[in-house]
Formats: sequence, structure tokens, C-alpha cells
Amino acid sequence: MKHRGLFLLQLGFTLLVCAFLIVPVILSIMAGLTVNYFIGIESGLTLRWVFEVWNGYRDTIFLSIGLSLACLVVTLVLGVPTAYVLAKRQTALTRAIEELLVMPVAVPGLATALALIVTYGALSGFRTSWAFILVGHALFTLPFMVRSVLAVLMAIDLQTLEEGAASLGAGFWQRFRDIVLPNCRAGILAGSLMVVTLSMGEFNMTWLLHTPFTKTLPVGLADAYASLRLEIGSAYTLVFFLMIMPLLLAMQAYAKPRAPKFVAEDSE
Amino acid sequence: MRRDTQRLIFLLLPAGIFFAAFFLLPMARLFFIGGSGKTGWSAYAAILTDANYLNSLFATLSVAAATTFATLVISGISGVFLQRHKFPGNGALVAMLTFPLAFPGVVIGFMVIMLAGRQGLIGQITEFLTGDKLVFAYSLTGLFMGYVYFSIPRTILTVMAAAEKLDPKLEEAARSLGASPWRVVLDVIIPGLKPAFISAGAICFATAVGAFGTAFTLAARINVLPMVIYTEFTLSANIAMAAALSFVLGAATWIVLAVARTAAGSTVAAAG
Repeated sequence: MKHRGLFLLQLGFTLLVCAFLIVPVILSIMAGLTVNYFIGIESGLTLRWVFEVWNGYRDTIFLSIGLSLACLVVTLVLGVPTAYVLAKRQTALTRAIEELLVMPVAVPGLATALALIVTYGALSGFRTSWAFILVGHALFTLPFMVRSVLAVLMAIDLQTLEEGAASLGAGFWQRFRDIVLPNCRAGILAGSLMVVTLSMGEFNMTWLLHTPFTKTLPVGLADAYASLRLEIGSAYTLVFFLMIMPLLLAMQAYAKPRAPKFVAEDSE
Repeated sequence: MRRDTQRLIFLLLPAGIFFAAFFLLPMARLFFIGGSGKTGWSAYAAILTDANYLNSLFATLSVAAATTFATLVISGISGVFLQRHKFPGNGALVAMLTFPLAFPGVVIGFMVIMLAGRQGLIGQITEFLTGDKLVFAYSLTGLFMGYVYFSIPRTILTVMAAAEKLDPKLEEAARSLGASPWRVVLDVIIPGLKPAFISAGAICFATAVGAFGTAFTLAARINVLPMVIYTEFTLSANIAMAAALSFVLGAATWIVLAVARTAAGSTVAAAG
């Protein structure tokens, strides 16, 4: 019976951790729908704050959606070929390239953003356009696309598939299009979801890279938290939840977390 | 074969040019700008010689270390538990624990305010119980809470994946030899999970050192390095110092992650 006690103790602990993570989310959703959070739910429910957010911050929502899709296109164009090369040739050089590509994730976004500003900040047309933010987002999300596609390519027997196609007369580009791309579909999908979600929520870099005319959703959130009443901040957060929820659900459904696979390999 | 190599290089070219132009070159420039201020190259030593910077370095490292420790303990217990016991509702718990995975730092800051801020839940409960309102969101404690909140989802995923690969036979053997549950945890489970702990811990540490959004939402007065860099850059317009500090910060986090990677196998760090 001692085991039963241990089980309940661990269950209780885990439930507490769940509460720690989920209770503030629920509180914030409630606050965004309450007339006056200070008085409480008795003051009545309203969509007034959500409409205020929509009127005041609509642009940030559209900019974030546009940015994350543009970021997806860039990471697909740059990342898929890179992953293919890294899968085909496994040398010290390609490993070093992989290491380098991950650097923008390891280095704090603040440092990357400052580096971009001191280098390209003087090009005012570029500095004030949303492309400036796009560059930062693409740097930060590219490794996730590469890793995700690479993981799938490493799991299949690319060599045999390509040799088979080549013996039937398929050229390099035909093999790439008809053999490689269809085979890494799962990796591309998982990587794409990751890229869009990360770009949608990126703040560390974006806060320095943005201008008053290129405010993304998280930048708008920071603005609202700092200067507006709690209810509006909450309603805005609610809008953000609604936007990333489908992405998260899709990620959980399609893409089992792949990163931990690398972790455990050494322990065997 | 030679033609193939040429084509592979061609495929690598777009990413290579993009990366060189927008990361390597800017980082090199950041490095030189760091040494171009009125104090010259000694700006790079200022993080250790200037009392203010040293204090914020110390605060940053303490919060990061505390975050890493707390996150590993919490995720270790819950992760192994959820991996070992499949009961009805298990999936729902895992989904809830990983739900905040994609929250940006600013949103995490707001979650801390909902819990421990001026109108927060903890304040209301303590006011009701003791008459005193407990508010700690706008301090280092609040920041610590935010970073733990941020780190639990990703760490739990890593721990669960590693726990799945642990061989239950080892635990049975230990138990049959008379080991207490506590000894099994210490001598079998923790050593088995060590690589996962090292890599997940390094990611917690690096994110807590470099993150900016949470501190930004909570208070401008929190004296951690990313906030100091931001203040140097915007308020004091001391671009050289900001560049030097952020270069040091970037190099330090990269080294932490690289060391952990060699110690534990590779992972992609996710700093939000």
C-alpha cells in the first residue's frame, strides 16, 4: 500500500504543477471577458475589450500573420535544400555548418537584433520595412526547419532511393523534386508548424527591430500590458491564444517532439 | 560525383549567403563596435570591472541557476511520473503541461502578473487569509517564477522522452536486491536521465540568461543583463557598451549550450 501513497503524492504534485501553468491562463481569459476585473465576474461578461483590441491592434495581428507566412517561405527555400545537403554529406564541414546555423537560437535575440541594427540600421528603407523583422525571424527559425527536415531524411534510406531513381535515368533535379521532396513531407510539415508558431510569438528580437509602423502582435501585447488596463491586456492575450491554439493542436497531432530523440541517443 | 558536389554546393548557397550577410557579418561588426566606445576594448572587461554590471551579471546568473534547478526538479518528478503511470486523464495532463510551450516571454510575464501581481490571485488569497497582500511579480522572484513557467513545458517533453527509453529491468533488479524507492531514484533513474537533464538544464539556463520579454513586461527596474543592455542602448544611447555586453552575453550562452551538447548529445535550444 506504500506504493499507492507514493502514486497519490506524485499525482498531487503533478496536478499542482498543472494548476500553476493553467490557472493564470484561465484568469487571463476571464479578465479579458469581464466588465471590471477588480470587482470580479459579478460585474458581468462583455466582448467590449475584445472589440477594443480589434479596433486598436488589428494591424499587429495581420502583420504577424503575414510575417510568419513570409518567414515560412524563406525558411522553406533556404532550409530544405540545406537539410538535403547535410543529409547527403556528413563530414566535419557539414557538421560545422549545422552548428553555425543553430547559433541564432543559442545567442540571445537581443544580441542578434543589435548586430542587425548596427550593420543595416543606416539603410533607412530597409530599417523601416517589415523585411527587417523578417530577416531576424528567418535567422531564428531556420534551424528548426533544417533540423526537422534533416531528422526525417536521416531516418529514410535516401541513398538507395536515389540510386534506384538514378538507375532508371532520373537526373539530379528530377530526383530532388520527385524523390527527396515527397519523402521529407512529414519533416517539412512539422518544421513549418514550428516556424509559423515561433515567428508569431517572437519578441526578444522584434522589440528592437520594430518601428512604430511595423508592430507585431507580441510587440502590441507588450505595449498593451505596459499602458492599458488589465482587461484590455487580457483580451489581447485571448486573441493571441486563439491564434496559436490551432497551430499548437496541429503540432501535437502531426509532429511528435523530435528533439528529445537526439538527447537520448548518447545514453544508449 | 564531382558534378553532384557542385550541385550540393549550389543548393547550400542561398542559405549560406543569407546567413553570412545577416548573421556572421553583423556579429563581427557588433564585436568591433563593442570596442569602439570611449573606453575602447576595455568595454569587454567592464562586465567584470564595473560594479553595476557585475551586480547585474550576478543577479542574472543567480536567477538562471535557480530556474534551472527548480525546473529540473519539477519536470523530473512530473515527467517520470506521467511516463510511468498511464491512467485515464494522463494525456490531458500532458497536454496541459505542454500548452504554454509557444508562449512568448511577454505573455509569460503577464501570466506572472495574473498570479502574483497587484490584482493577482496570490495577492487576493493572502489578503483574505492574513490581511496582507502578497505581491512579488515585479521583482527577481517574479522573474524566477516566469522563467520556471516558461521552462517546464519543454523540459517535461525532454524528460518524458528520455524516461521512455529507460530500461525498467534495471529498476526491477535494483528493487529485487532490496533497494528502497529512494535509492532506486538516486542510483538508477537519475543517472539514466542525466543526459536529458544536462541538455534540458543547459537550455533552461541559456534562456533564463538571455531572455528579455518576461523582464520587460514585469518591470524596467529588474536588474538583469538583458534589461541593462536594453537600457544602455535606448536610454543612454551607449551603443558601444550595449554591443560589448550583448556580445559577451551571446558568447557565454553559446558556450554553455555547446559544452552541454558535447556532454549530452545534440538538441536545438528554443529561446523564446
